[in-house]
Amino acid sequence: MPPLLMVEHLSISFTQYDRGTHRRVLPAIRDLELTVERGQVAAVVGSSGSGKSLLAHGILGILPYNAHMEGTLIYDGTPLTPERIAALRGREIVLVPQSVGYLDPLRKVGPQVGRDKGVVRSVLNRYGLGPETEGLYPFQLSGGMARRVLISTAVAASPALVIADEPTPGLDARAAGRILSHFRELANAGAGVLLITHDLELALTIADKVAVFYAGETIEEAPAGDFARLDDLRHPYTRALWRALPQHGFHPIPGTQPYPGSLPEGCPFAPRCPRRTRDCGGEVPYRPWSGGFVRCLHPEREGTA
Amino acid sequence: MGHRLGFACKKLLRMLLLLLGVSLAAFLLMSASPLDPLQTNVGQAALGTMSQEQIAQLEDYWGVNDPPLERYLGWLTAVFHGDMGTSLLYRVPVTQVLAERLRSSLWLMAAAWALSGTLGLLLGTVAAASRGRWPDKLIRGWCLLISSTPAFWLAILLLMTFSVWLGWLPIGLSVPIGAEANAVTFADRLRHAVLPALTLSITGLANMTLHTREKLCDVLESDYVLFARARGESMPSILWHHGLRNMALPAITLQFGSISEIFGGSVLVEQVFSYQGLGQCAVTAGLGSDLPLLLGVTVVSAALVFGGNLIADLLYGVVDPKIRARIKAHRQRGGA
Amino acid sequence: MAHALNQRQRALLLAAVAVLALLAVTAVGLLLHDKAMVTDFSRKNLPPSLAYPFGTDWMGRDMLSRTLTGLSLSIRIGVLTAAVSAVVALALGTAAATLGRWVDAALSWCIDLVMGIPHILLVMLISLAFGKGFVGVVAGVSLSHWTSLARLLRGEVLQLRNAPYVLMAEKLGRTRLQVVRDHMLPHLLPQFLTGLILLFPHAILHEASVTFLGFGLSPEQPAIGVILSESMSYLTTGKWWLALFPGLALVGTVALFALLGDRLRRILDPATIHQ
Repeated sequence: MPPLLMVEHLSISFTQYDRGTHRRVLPAIRDLELTVERGQVAAVVGSSGSGKSLLAHGILGILPYNAHMEGTLIYDGTPLTPERIAALRGREIVLVPQSVGYLDPLRKVGPQVGRDKGVVRSVLNRYGLGPETEGLYPFQLSGGMARRVLISTAVAASPALVIADEPTPGLDARAAGRILSHFRELANAGAGVLLITHDLELALTIADKVAVFYAGETIEEAPAGDFARLDDLRHPYTRALWRALPQHGFHPIPGTQPYPGSLPEGCPFAPRCPRRTRDCGGEVPYRPWSGGFVRCLHPEREGTA
Repeated sequence: MGHRLGFACKKLLRMLLLLLGVSLAAFLLMSASPLDPLQTNVGQAALGTMSQEQIAQLEDYWGVNDPPLERYLGWLTAVFHGDMGTSLLYRVPVTQVLAERLRSSLWLMAAAWALSGTLGLLLGTVAAASRGRWPDKLIRGWCLLISSTPAFWLAILLLMTFSVWLGWLPIGLSVPIGAEANAVTFADRLRHAVLPALTLSITGLANMTLHTREKLCDVLESDYVLFARARGESMPSILWHHGLRNMALPAITLQFGSISEIFGGSVLVEQVFSYQGLGQCAVTAGLGSDLPLLLGVTVVSAALVFGGNLIADLLYGVVDPKIRARIKAHRQRGGA
Repeated sequence: MAHALNQRQRALLLAAVAVLALLAVTAVGLLLHDKAMVTDFSRKNLPPSLAYPFGTDWMGRDMLSRTLTGLSLSIRIGVLTAAVSAVVALALGTAAATLGRWVDAALSWCIDLVMGIPHILLVMLISLAFGKGFVGVVAGVSLSHWTSLARLLRGEVLQLRNAPYVLMAEKLGRTRLQVVRDHMLPHLLPQFLTGLILLFPHAILHEASVTFLGFGLSPEQPAIGVILSESMSYLTTGKWWLALFPGLALVGTVALFALLGDRLRRILDPATIHQ
């Protein structure tokens, strides 16, 4: 059986004006590779501003009009054309958005979760929301309720692929963990889940594999188990992220991520990288590396055949 | 209910205060005018042949020599007794002139108001839905053209085309010349109102269209429409379920707030078509220095404008769920 | 790219062309003023021809010269009144936002009051108070058009007042005047400029309208309102050119101003950055 979703060489760019009449093209995502399997949670982790949300919008074919997308999307073995995604989104492929701002402020929650009243009631009930929730307006929902309503919108369609775009902001660790466990349940029931988040620690609680995103590129893909030991990680940035986790010493990463408009030549992490050489200013391929993938000329982990 | 009633009362009080201000401002402006009502209405030549006594009598009639403040207070006291004075030009009570003129003007303005509102909403929706493509460009260009066109010239243009050139519609007057007022049929009135109403509708259209387009573009760029698209909703469904709902409130507010412009347009349009309405009455009164009548027209038009704003304010409370919820919470707290 | 120029460059170019066209009309109108007054009964009531593209009127005056003179007058009055209005709006808007609650309440009430009287009626009333004519119409248009911009600028200043850097500047002991000058005016400028330019079309239209009704410029002057008002008497006799061309020219002028304002707003407004 082919993987549920394959993303190959995906690039998304924007046309923008900066000062006065000068126009330029901003590359937001470059040469992105990703695979999501059935029954798995694949997490895409990157700091804010790294272009993660665009990945979700790109897959769903709802990018803004000034965006330009290249690359191939293959869903269930067949290319995901604009016509095909238009027919699939909201049915087989669903999005769980970031915040309650993604619900119509002037419409009650019930009809926004789904058309079928019976399904709406049972789905809301599944997430511990009573029938009175249906009569509320979005602004009347509390933070935790809003999350559960947003998940309900996805589950009401019984999807094969769930794309969750930063589903836990503003929640404390316990509440966030509870929300994430709902996604694990969906995967256990057979769906593929693409979890997009900035929170590596939380992602690791449910993910089967993690793709690390840096300045619009995937720089490493690793099985979630590799994050148990620093030595199992491949890319210097991933290792830096690992060291920045609270339980590993909270070491900050020096420097900042480059803005899409001012990317250096070659590896975007090179300016902050302890292992950089002169070659890092050239082409850096994304290649398989000891059970995962890495985009680095000098991976930290020894390669195994 | 008490909360909303209180809100309405407060608004109503403010409106009355504003009306008082409007009447005072209009009165002061009129009495500041250096134009001599005797010269405009009697004429220099006729004045030359009159005796001092006759001139003094006329000056008395036109109220030239009374101190303004005293006159205003006198006018105000009379208004509270339902008397807005006597028109100097028509020599009948101002209330009577206003009532007659208001009746014919209201028809005209209501028709234009409804037509420009619905058509504007429709055109704006089409433009926003086809943003950046040719229907949008065409509609925006059309709006630019309309909003650059003076209402009176559009009226002249329509008059030239439909009345003079094609001869389909009558040239002017809200009733046929020479006909008795009660012999005028409804069809006659309608025939004479078609062109003025059309002109007014066209002038009012641009604002509504552009506003609808802008608001709807905002809605279409919102996160909730993005999510709706992500859930596979089609464009017509998005427009119907999200667009209309989120756009209706500002649109209705705008349309109730546009009464001022529609009245302004009616002044010009009625003048061109010799339509015997409130607007034409304002021009006649102004040119003839008929202070009581012009004051009456100003106060009535301001009342229409403020009334429109009041309705818009109240509608907000009825339609917006946030305000509704607040009122409900307020009531429950008050009841507990 | 299919187009050599991007959207913003095109907007800038279009704005420049609009400014040049308006300047040209103003200048030509001034030069033609005397020609517009020449009467010649041997050539009266001529329909448009090569010699008289806009035709002539019942006194044999060249309608093209009269139209251009009228437009020139309209543009000059429009610029003058819009400028006065915008300055009034800036002063009152800033005053309402900075001088405390009572001033704010009083000015808000005044704005509501002025907005309550339909524009045309208010311009008529003010013009009457100033004895009609040039002074009357300039005063009328200037004193009735400042309200929306004043309200907009007031809101803007209120927002700026609570901006962190303004609060910081106040803490650092800058005087109120210094804060307004250094930290507020630069932010208000784009709003003010577009507001000013978007006032032109309204000012010109209202001047023409009020003159048409007989409350503005005197009938001796070749103003567009006067020309169109006179043309009314000749409509039924089929002299369409008396109304058509001067009106079209006015629409064109106003549309140019509107276009100019729209393009400038597009360049100055950061919200349209992607287009």
